[in-house]
Amino acid sequence: MSQELKVINFMGVRKLTSAISIAMVIASILSIAIFGLKGGLDFTGGTQLELLFDRPAELSKVRSLLEEKQLESPVAVLFGSDQQVMIRTQDEMKVKGRELIAEKITAAGGVLEAVERPGREYEGFSDALVIAGLSAEALQQAAVISEADFGRVQYAKRDDKTLVALENSLDSVYVKALLADMEAATGAKIQLRSSEFVGPQIGDELRDQGGLGLLTAFILVFLYVAVQFQWKFSVGAIVALCHDVIITLGVFSFFQWDFDLTVLAALLALIGYSINDTIVIYDRIRENFRVLRKMDALDVINISLTQTLGRSVMTSMTVFIVLVCLFVFGGELLRGFSTALIIGIVVGTYSSIYIAANITAALGIGKEDLMPKEKEGAEFDETP
Amino acid sequence: MLNRYPLWKYLLLIFVTIVGFVYSIPNIYVPDPAVQVSGDSSAKVLDAATLSKIEASLKEAGIDYFGAEVNPNTAMVRLKTRDQQMLARTAIQRSLGDGFVVALNNASTTPAWLQALGAAPMKLGLDLAGGVHFLMEVDTVSAVAKRQEVNSDEMKSKLRDAKVRYASIDANKDNQIVARFRSAEIRDAALSELRSDYPQLLFTTPDVEGPESDATFIASFSEAAVREIEDYAVGQNLITLRNRVNELGVSEPMVQRQGRNRIIVQLAGIQDPAEAKRVIGKTANLEFRLGANDKTLVSNREEFPYKDELTQMQRGNAVLERSIIATGDRVSNATSSFDPETNQPQVNITLDSLGGAQMHRVTRDNVGRGMGILFIEYKTRTTISKNAAGEEVEKMTQYVERKVISLATIQSALGVQFRITGLDNPAEASELALLLRAGALAAPMHFVEERTIGPSLGAENIEKGLTATLWGMAVVLVFMVVFYGMFGVFANVALALNLLLLLTILSMFGATLTLPGIAGIVLTIGMAVDANVLIFSRIREELKNGASPQQAIYAGYERAFVTILDSNLTTLIVAVILFAIGTGPVKGFAITLTIGILTSMFTAIVGSRALANLVYGGRKNLQSIAINALPPFNRLH
Repeated sequence: MSQELKVINFMGVRKLTSAISIAMVIASILSIAIFGLKGGLDFTGGTQLELLFDRPAELSKVRSLLEEKQLESPVAVLFGSDQQVMIRTQDEMKVKGRELIAEKITAAGGVLEAVERPGREYEGFSDALVIAGLSAEALQQAAVISEADFGRVQYAKRDDKTLVALENSLDSVYVKALLADMEAATGAKIQLRSSEFVGPQIGDELRDQGGLGLLTAFILVFLYVAVQFQWKFSVGAIVALCHDVIITLGVFSFFQWDFDLTVLAALLALIGYSINDTIVIYDRIRENFRVLRKMDALDVINISLTQTLGRSVMTSMTVFIVLVCLFVFGGELLRGFSTALIIGIVVGTYSSIYIAANITAALGIGKEDLMPKEKEGAEFDETP
Repeated sequence: MLNRYPLWKYLLLIFVTIVGFVYSIPNIYVPDPAVQVSGDSSAKVLDAATLSKIEASLKEAGIDYFGAEVNPNTAMVRLKTRDQQMLARTAIQRSLGDGFVVALNNASTTPAWLQALGAAPMKLGLDLAGGVHFLMEVDTVSAVAKRQEVNSDEMKSKLRDAKVRYASIDANKDNQIVARFRSAEIRDAALSELRSDYPQLLFTTPDVEGPESDATFIASFSEAAVREIEDYAVGQNLITLRNRVNELGVSEPMVQRQGRNRIIVQLAGIQDPAEAKRVIGKTANLEFRLGANDKTLVSNREEFPYKDELTQMQRGNAVLERSIIATGDRVSNATSSFDPETNQPQVNITLDSLGGAQMHRVTRDNVGRGMGILFIEYKTRTTISKNAAGEEVEKMTQYVERKVISLATIQSALGVQFRITGLDNPAEASELALLLRAGALAAPMHFVEERTIGPSLGAENIEKGLTATLWGMAVVLVFMVVFYGMFGVFANVALALNLLLLLTILSMFGATLTLPGIAGIVLTIGMAVDANVLIFSRIREELKNGASPQQAIYAGYERAFVTILDSNLTTLIVAVILFAIGTGPVKGFAITLTIGILTSMFTAIVGSRALANLVYGGRKNLQSIAINALPPFNRLH
């Protein structure tokens, strides 16, 4: 060797780094247990509206209006600029709209028994109300259902009940009324830019799918590493991955950032990135075990880590840079995604260096674990 | 000799690059805003006369247009500005009147020679294009329950015909049919009568027989049968939705099944979800009526056109009675098959018990007369009217269209199950069965997800995605040159090629680009240089260990290869899992990430190596190579 590589003693601080990691993981688990994750719309179900105000929005007024309307766990935050507001609630607008009209009907002396999809004869109508105790004439007289809101309204008799077909659906009428109230409260003109509704059953499925996805990823990574390397490496890799995922989740839980579908995707991408990093280091450890036969396992690991450090830093930097670009320029929709990955990259790079190899060393990895695979070693001997 | 590539490798790279350019170039041709006109039935032919009418209406409205074209199925005019799209649509709709669907569209501006090669731009997802997204769930549970009810009614009538006396046959809430008989012999007789008719049902008798006077059997669906019914229910709703969506005048609507019982509907460009919901929620209907004969009173006659335009031309309107025998609500199934005896195509129709009884009552006295089936569709028409302020407002109104899909002679008294024979060919039979199913009462659907994205928001998302990509790319390019000198340039060329190939593959497969998809591209830019970073680190190490530059380059590429393969394969595994579990946007991200990994392996290993070989390879007395960081940074390595 012409220039002696200055070996950094990574494994010398293994007790300290282990302690830090264990503390971080425990803190994250505690945070998740205490604060929980704040699920995004995809997971909680409910309604989300994106609004554009014609002047800086007064969030406090918007929030107090939402409270006043008794919407379930309402959220109102700025979204991109001070004129854009995102509103979210776990309520379905349809249910709220139904409650509203039911109140009016009760006040007029009737009972709203059901809301149906109008039959085939009611072409062009959205909802049909089944009302007991009030005749069509009484309903019209009491002006319970205003045509200004609901568009065309048709009354019919069914058995001893009154059937009212509405052109505009209950949810669209409710949203319109909500926006009108908001305009009145804030004095701004409000434009509805996007609206999303997700049913409650979707969230559970996503949770199952996400959990299943993470589990499958762990199992396949474990098997792949066990086949390509050795099971002691697999354990190290999986512990490092769990470490990364738990800490990222912990940070999201601590700051109560929205955990939505894109964040879930980011977690899986993070697993892909972090394992990539770990494998590069493992690869070097495997190679060095075969070349530096007389050395102690910890020294081999230290040398390997030192040799790959330059690469680890460079790659983490480039990925980090593009993620920062995504965070800064990518807009509000990708913010959760880029945040999760930025945290993940930092934690993942650290864990690839200090955790994965550390665990493998703790399991007593030695050259004998890697020797039987002579075939692959042979390749390296040929190189000039 | 070290570091020389055979010619074919260079040629391959050049070829790949050219293909990349050809197939990704369509993405830079911004499509023209356009209005597309099509007939409301696939048989309607648009001709030059229609086109000149369209052009005249645009001229009258003072709208600039160009590139008007017509083919037998559609006509299209391109507009100068997007703002005029709605105006143009209104003007055209007004001049053409009913019978045409006028839709906003984007006309491709890709040159013809590229189109001839099959090159097309990527489609934009809803988050980039704006539009509405619905996820609907089909209530398959009630479809299964309904089928079991029909089965139990059928069993009763079969046993009556076979003179087997039963005490009761009912479907319970677990979708099992429970039949009770006075004795075990009668039950066994009933079983032997029914078993062969219901291959999809599992007949079981209790292990411990009750009292002799109360013998029972239970018939329940096999898992496969339940699946089949679910598929039928979802399929029926899919047909309905496709029919309805076409009416909304959306270019390239997406109506797709997702999972076991869900349907996704995505309509780009639609801004009013309430309107869309109203239109797509409706199903067609059917009416069974007797054909009119000489004795039918004038007041009881009604004329209807045939749905099939050829039949309409041959026979003219059909005359039916006004009174209705049964409606589509009573149809529980319709399938096309072949008559086992004559091998002619036929359509089998199954009604529920009430429908069967009504059918029987009417047809037993009318054997020899005709029976027509009317297909009733609720269509939407856009009308323009002036409001109080004198402004023109557009309003969508619904109207009903009734057309005859079958007029056949009643051969015998019909019941719960009957068939229509005498059809000309299997295609006609399956078309008829399709229409009957579309008009039959479908399993109810409800909306479980609903998203609306405004068009300005979509344009903003594109811009944000593009800005992030360009910045990410620029910074990485500078970074690589600063830290790796000449080799950084090689890596950058490889990265550019990688991005090109990624776009090429996405365009070639007609993938839909979404915002998370763009995030996947940005992430790929960051991760794709990793392979080159690995190689370059190796080369530096080799140089430090005293290898000659040529040897260092060679060893760097060779040794890093195994590492690159190992590490990328694991990432690939994770990306594939993401693809498998993800829906919608997440899938878009997984696709770009997966393709990005594959292309980056190719470009980083083969591409950058080719450049390194081209620049340094073959030089006998190469003294040094530029792989170190630029001066201010060179302490870092």
